[in-house]
Amino acid sequence: MIRSERMIVVRQAKIAHNIFELVLQGELVQDMSPGQFVHVKVSDTLEPLLRRPISIADVNKEKSQFTMIYRAEGRGTEVLSLANAGQLVDVLGPLGNGFPVEAAPVGGTALLVGGGIGVPPLHELSKQLNARGVRTIHVLGFQSENVTFYEEEFNKLGDTYYVTVDGTKGTKGFVTTLLDELQPEFDVFYCCGPLPMLNAMENAYPNKEGYLSFEERMGCGIGACFACVCQTTEQVEKDYVKVCSDGPVFPKGVVQL
Amino acid sequence: MSRINIELPGLSLKNPIMPASGCFGFGREYAQLYDLSKLGAIMIKATTLETRAGNPTPRVAETAAGMLNAIGLQNPGLEKVMNEELKFLESYDVPIIANVAGTEVSDYVEVARQISTASNVKALELNISCPNVKCGGIQFGTDPATAQELTAAVKAVSSVPVYVKLSPNVTSVVEIAKAVEAGGADGITMINTLVGMRLHEKTGKPVIANGTGGLSGPAVKPVAIRMVYEVYKAVNIPIIGMGGVTNAQDVIDFMSAGASAVAVGTANFVDHFVCPNIIDALPAKLDELGVEHISEIIGRSHR
Repeated sequence: MIRSERMIVVRQAKIAHNIFELVLQGELVQDMSPGQFVHVKVSDTLEPLLRRPISIADVNKEKSQFTMIYRAEGRGTEVLSLANAGQLVDVLGPLGNGFPVEAAPVGGTALLVGGGIGVPPLHELSKQLNARGVRTIHVLGFQSENVTFYEEEFNKLGDTYYVTVDGTKGTKGFVTTLLDELQPEFDVFYCCGPLPMLNAMENAYPNKEGYLSFEERMGCGIGACFACVCQTTEQVEKDYVKVCSDGPVFPKGVVQL
Repeated sequence: MSRINIELPGLSLKNPIMPASGCFGFGREYAQLYDLSKLGAIMIKATTLETRAGNPTPRVAETAAGMLNAIGLQNPGLEKVMNEELKFLESYDVPIIANVAGTEVSDYVEVARQISTASNVKALELNISCPNVKCGGIQFGTDPATAQELTAAVKAVSSVPVYVKLSPNVTSVVEIAKAVEAGGADGITMINTLVGMRLHEKTGKPVIANGTGGLSGPAVKPVAIRMVYEVYKAVNIPIIGMGGVTNAQDVIDFMSAGASAVAVGTANFVDHFVCPNIIDALPAKLDELGVEHISEIIGRSHR
């Protein structure tokens, strides 16, 4: 169920260059699944006006808390990064359709590939896959070492490899550079990152089951405004899909890349 | 006795609040959040004869206290709207105002003729003001003679009252208002969005793929209020006002300027419960103003 709730800030910390980890508490956590997102109103004023779609990095249903990891890069996320413990944040969610955890066979292996601020949702996904008895391999791409995060958290969950464009951490290059070397064996892949990464993953594994999480400028976040529409491929009947309400996660081959 | 019901041509409104066209789809998404029967009416997304795919993305950009959009009238076409979307809305006790768009007069006429026969469509809103499509839309709304002709042609075939949605992108909105009144319009809805542009900080190029987009949100409210105020003085048909409405005070402002009812647009994206919230807040507003029924404030700016 989609709810609107003023959630309480449990804590907020800067965990890398311009990257913030924000823990919020409230009832809507109970309905969250990995790969979904929340739509956040960062202030009660008219500026900035619109909500910000932010992914879910960690869910703790017992404590009714969830974690968002986001990059403060515009006015809205900068305002959000100033929220202190005890403050209230207006959250609508959870929204969209997340990663299908059940697509990975129990006892099998899942390859999780993320890029930049697309990495956070893979953390909760990996937790749930591991809880299901699926082995996870994480391949995480970043611009540079100073924007990486959650190394320890991912290491705890499975084999974790870093790739940076400038070579300051892990392999130098793109995730596909590393995957070519690694030749990992897996049953299903999940990817969240920029379009070129999604495209590369779709092309690299034509015979594997795979799920891609997309990003697009959004308005309403619930499918009413038609701002975040993507063209589909000939493989599907629909002419278009909406990232916010049909996605943000789609099986590979659905969205035209 | 209700203190907030409003009677308009074709429309018995439980309250004067309705989501604006294009900001509410065909209601399905918001139906997950609250009971649509609570609304005064619903202005559904613009419907054209054939399916429209809309514009490339990005289609929206945020601006100071507002947003630009260039969706491009994406809709599934008349047949699907009638068979699927309007059918779905039949399960709610709420009058539908069908926004009608087209490329040529004959499209408008055909959509109007058919959609006005749906049992829950109680009025049409003629879209002669969409700034985001190459043909159809705004060119019908910027020339008084063209606007009058189109209004008359649609009026001749419609089974329900016809409201015409005016564009603010004109030299004199009053002239267009008078023209559509002369063409037989039963009411006016105003304003559509203002044509605007936002540039990318790094590239200097427009952020929206279409280049220009329609500006909406609180930033446009003073323009809308001024236009409603002017048109109210010039015509004898009712006005449904809109432009930057986010709370009950905004509703009071629009009705004071001369609107008989008020539509809420962009605010639906910010506070998804804004329409029911405003409806609930209206009686207290009337108490503050010492007014028994909301209709008493219509046009009070002019008295």
